[in-house]
Amino acid sequence: MLELRKDIFADERDDNLNEVGKGTQRQDMLGHVTGTSTYFNDHKLQGMLHLRVVRSTQPHARLRRIDTSEAERSEGVRRVIRGADVPRNLNTLLSLINFGKDDEPTLAVDKVRYRGEPIVAVVAESPRAAAEAAAKVRIDYETLPAVFDVEEALKPGAPVVNETYPKNAFTYHERYDHQKLRFGDVERGFAGADHVLEQRYQMSPIEHAPVETNGSIAAPDTNGRYVVYTSTQALFFSLDTCAKILDLPSNTFHFIGGTVGGGFGGKVDTLTEPLAILAAMLTGRPVRYVLGREEEMQFGPPRGAERIYIKDGVMRDGRIVARQIRGYFDSGAYTRLSSYAVVKCAAHLPGPYTIPNVHGDIYCVYTNRTPATAMRGFGITGMDFALECQMDKLAHLIGMDPMEFRILNAYRDGDMKAHRREAKNTALIECVQVAAEKAKWPIREEFRRMSSRKDGGGARAAVPSTPREPASARPAPAQQRTSYDRRLPISPSSEPPPPQSPAPAPAHGATRFSSVFGTRRR
Amino acid sequence: MAKTPLQFRHNGRDVALFVDGGTNLLVVLREMLGDVTPKFGCGQGGCGACTVLIDGDAHLSCLTLAEAVEGRAVETLDGIKSGPTLHPLQRAFADGFAAQCGYCTPGMLMAAKALLDKIPQPSREQVVEAISGNICRCTGYEPIINAVLAAAASLRASA
Repeated sequence: MLELRKDIFADERDDNLNEVGKGTQRQDMLGHVTGTSTYFNDHKLQGMLHLRVVRSTQPHARLRRIDTSEAERSEGVRRVIRGADVPRNLNTLLSLINFGKDDEPTLAVDKVRYRGEPIVAVVAESPRAAAEAAAKVRIDYETLPAVFDVEEALKPGAPVVNETYPKNAFTYHERYDHQKLRFGDVERGFAGADHVLEQRYQMSPIEHAPVETNGSIAAPDTNGRYVVYTSTQALFFSLDTCAKILDLPSNTFHFIGGTVGGGFGGKVDTLTEPLAILAAMLTGRPVRYVLGREEEMQFGPPRGAERIYIKDGVMRDGRIVARQIRGYFDSGAYTRLSSYAVVKCAAHLPGPYTIPNVHGDIYCVYTNRTPATAMRGFGITGMDFALECQMDKLAHLIGMDPMEFRILNAYRDGDMKAHRREAKNTALIECVQVAAEKAKWPIREEFRRMSSRKDGGGARAAVPSTPREPASARPAPAQQRTSYDRRLPISPSSEPPPPQSPAPAPAHGATRFSSVFGTRRR
Repeated sequence: MAKTPLQFRHNGRDVALFVDGGTNLLVVLREMLGDVTPKFGCGQGGCGACTVLIDGDAHLSCLTLAEAVEGRAVETLDGIKSGPTLHPLQRAFADGFAAQCGYCTPGMLMAAKALLDKIPQPSREQVVEAISGNICRCTGYEPIINAVLAAAASLRASA
């Protein structure tokens, strides 16, 4: 059960917490246990139509011909929607914060880039009529070579997955194909180390598998507005995304949500709302678009796979003196949020340890796999899996207890982190000590007495001299609008943001960041 | 398409309607009778969110042809309260934080009720077995198992 260790850092807070540590009932619990919590799909509207999407059976193919004539004549069909019907077919989720280029169509037009990609939407009187009509859509594919491996995708001559990023890597600041972290000199660190250990880690994509699948219901409201019941985890994010794709002011939409049948990150991608609303606009009827379980698994975005190489230099006494990391995030066919996960990952290196020489290169890579998205600490958790496996191997290599090894290398208050922020409010040492205690794992007295508040800073607060690398960052070739998905709106807001040099963060940034964890009095 | 007449007992009330061939019980309950407490999760018997009781046994309504409940008694979460008073299982789930997103909860509660109606004092293993067809992706299963055992204890105390 819940246990608060108020003895740790006891002098740093007033023990006047009113809620923390006490069980407070959820405000929606009564609805949950009586089955009266209203999920999006619990709304039944008069005259509701049902939308079903025809999806790519190919991981990578040109669309030679899409024949919907038989589907249109199918019983109960009210409308067939193609890419040309979507006002602004091409979008990227983070364009709302001016990050990245529009690279993903709502409905594929000239090419498909992963198996399960939406191509045609069929709107009919019943789910059965929609499914029967969808089966009558004929699609003529010209199969293209596909790439499923992140490192293969970066090799010269690899199939171009997404023409918006012709080198199969997301482009940062208009020119860089990866995120770079440099702190000290890893080569010197390796040269002086007693042992060097290099390992490769691979994690698989992970499907969130919420018990409620993604979906939404859109209905014409009064005054030309549309009411949208949705499973989204990100109500206003989805609303603004729909406003962009449908090229309408955001106050056209009244989004109703909040009761979500499990999300875990898999319901932030605005998968269903744009088509549901568009279908309601084109038919004048309420439209429901809900993913089946198979669609949720195939088309619903997973946590992306990551391939990680870690090379560490370690001394016989247990100190890690250098850590070099190369990471490849598999974004799938489109960007979604992986570009951001990579930034987060680079900021997390080298994990919660103080290491004087750190070198990181992290890539956001396009492959012909289902686009990846957010999931519970994405960008961090996959890397931590690799880092902590590596920590165990290093401890084994030098014959040290893995708990003591972590305590020895843990960052402490006042240490300089590799991304040049001072470590504050650190607590890893105490966490490991308590974990060892709970697991009845013996650790030596000297490690039991170590503290996050002692022996940090000083020489550990210095930014080591960091050799500059030869100007390796060739400007990427000017990105061209893809010849595919031609029906592009040209508007100022869709232009890529101007290049920004990463300015050093103001001092208050660090303070604000740490305020997330509460202020520790010093 | 020819429709088939169907009569059954829904939470103690007789209902009669006409269904298309191939319609499943989940659709009848949710779309035709407006009882949205059983949930759609997979449509293939993998998740248990649609669990209802048919003559007291737990069944997956998404895999049950509607015509198969002709003349039988169907019970859903909508029917287990008595007036404003929560069923002991509902009380125990609420008190024990045994729901997070709430979407699997109706199916869990019905699977648990099928168990307690037959075995009022189950072992922990019997509880685990009873909900083994119900997937929860949020809270984990421990609070749910504990809640079922707590409900059994409160039923014993009030017996």
